[in-house]
Amino acid sequence: MCGIVGLFLKDPSLESQLGDMLTDMLITMTDRGPDSAGIAIYGGDRDGVAKLTVQSDTPDVDFDNLENALRKQIKGPVSMSVKDTHAVLEMQADQVDAARAVLRSIRPDVRIMGHGTSLEIYKEVGLPKDVAARFDLRKMSGTHGIGHTRMATESAVTTMGAHPFNTGVDQCLVHNGSLSNHNSLRRKLRRLGVHIETENDTEVGAAYLTWKMQTGATLGEALESSLDDLDGFFTFLVGTKDGFGVVRDPIACKPAVMAETDQYVAFGSEYRALVNLPGIEDARVWEPEPATVYFWSHNAAPTATEKAA
Amino acid sequence: MRHRPPRKRQRKMQTFDLEAEGLRALNSALHAQADNTNQTVWEIVNPKGAHAIAVGLDAPIEVNVKGSTGYYCAGMNKQATVHVHGSAGPGTAENMMSGTVIVEGDASQYAGATGHGGTLIIKGNASSRCGISMKGIDIIVHGNVGHMSAFMAQSGNIVVCGDAGDALGDSCYEARFFVRGSVKSLGADCIEKEMRAEHIAILEELLERGACDAKASEFKRYGSARQLYNFDVDNAAAY
Repeated sequence: MCGIVGLFLKDPSLESQLGDMLTDMLITMTDRGPDSAGIAIYGGDRDGVAKLTVQSDTPDVDFDNLENALRKQIKGPVSMSVKDTHAVLEMQADQVDAARAVLRSIRPDVRIMGHGTSLEIYKEVGLPKDVAARFDLRKMSGTHGIGHTRMATESAVTTMGAHPFNTGVDQCLVHNGSLSNHNSLRRKLRRLGVHIETENDTEVGAAYLTWKMQTGATLGEALESSLDDLDGFFTFLVGTKDGFGVVRDPIACKPAVMAETDQYVAFGSEYRALVNLPGIEDARVWEPEPATVYFWSHNAAPTATEKAA
Repeated sequence: MRHRPPRKRQRKMQTFDLEAEGLRALNSALHAQADNTNQTVWEIVNPKGAHAIAVGLDAPIEVNVKGSTGYYCAGMNKQATVHVHGSAGPGTAENMMSGTVIVEGDASQYAGATGHGGTLIIKGNASSRCGISMKGIDIIVHGNVGHMSAFMAQSGNIVVCGDAGDALGDSCYEARFFVRGSVKSLGADCIEKEMRAEHIAILEELLERGACDAKASEFKRYGSARQLYNFDVDNAAAY
């Protein structure tokens, strides 16, 4: 099954409540996905500064003195804020590759969950309410975010099998459905040198989008071609630096409801997820059409062909 | 002495706060009306997209849901009139046997699926697979219906005052489809058919029942070409 939620704020006065609203939406979707939960939240963008969200199963060991060790090795400023099993490392954008290399050597068990200038990703195994509490999601502010509650069907219930999946700088993917050609596509992508860590179907979908964009496609084009190349059921919600996008497979049996007011655009697997948003009674509520790519963006003129970061 | 609830109270409109009292209490209360022949009017407040509201009713009661509903509202309905004053989630009025279900807003996928009887009226649009495998229900949609509507429809009528999506009536049997607007594509073995006087009469009654602002003469009729009823190797590509 799985549940997806997304909230894109038009009204900046709501930004301080983004985490709180998204957490409510996420918890409402618990019975669609009690196995694991995750959230990608966008905000706090600063010029020239990059964020790496990292995860460790043994944060006490791995995150101990990590900030100083990294700072020494990359010879640049690094700040770290730890939230349970995750930590966000901030550094100069041009030092990210160096930091990744250093992390691989000094903390081989640390996994990179997200990379961007405003993107932070938090995901863990457990009930959405418990995951939200571990990361203190309610207190987070931001411009937009997407979240996922997982009912595992295609692979094991693990942290790395939880959504969202990072697909590129400031980009991520959550998925409701199941891909049926993920094994053959995984083999194909691995042959092409794409790193895929787990046996999870959605990770293959995410890797597919990343690969498409690395070979010249825009995010919109990558999503369009996913309609041809991915077999199975999917409602995808993709987070971007400026907003989010939605695409459903042509059969569209996985549910999706959108709501828009002057203050926000919201996405939910079900209307239930949206019922406590302000002004929902008067919102325009509709279902996104199958096999159609939609984008909402803070840019003045958002387009589906926007070049990926 | 056997306890009897006072008659006066039964005739009064019952208001039920779904958020405060819960779904099981609601459906138990509505099911308890089954043996009661008094017409009773119920109002359900705070539905908030909850699933399975007013499912399995079997009494001539009127239930007004003040807001939007989730999955399977009014499923398996018999006799009752369920009126959703909002939009409805997937599977609304699924397997309805008799009675009336009215949705003021839009209905999500597979509204009226497998319905054996009764009337489903959707005042907004219906999503994909509306009336899939219908077996006698009448579905009247003021707006559009989505793709794969009336897939394997066996009997009953669908009226679409707007447009129909892809693959209308794929592999259908003896159900009738009346569409006023465009049909994006017809499914396998579904064809446009002649609108004769008997069909105009059926449609006029349906339009009146559904309170539609439309004339029967504006509609086209679609139905089965009856080529897929039995296996024929020449039709292999269409199966």
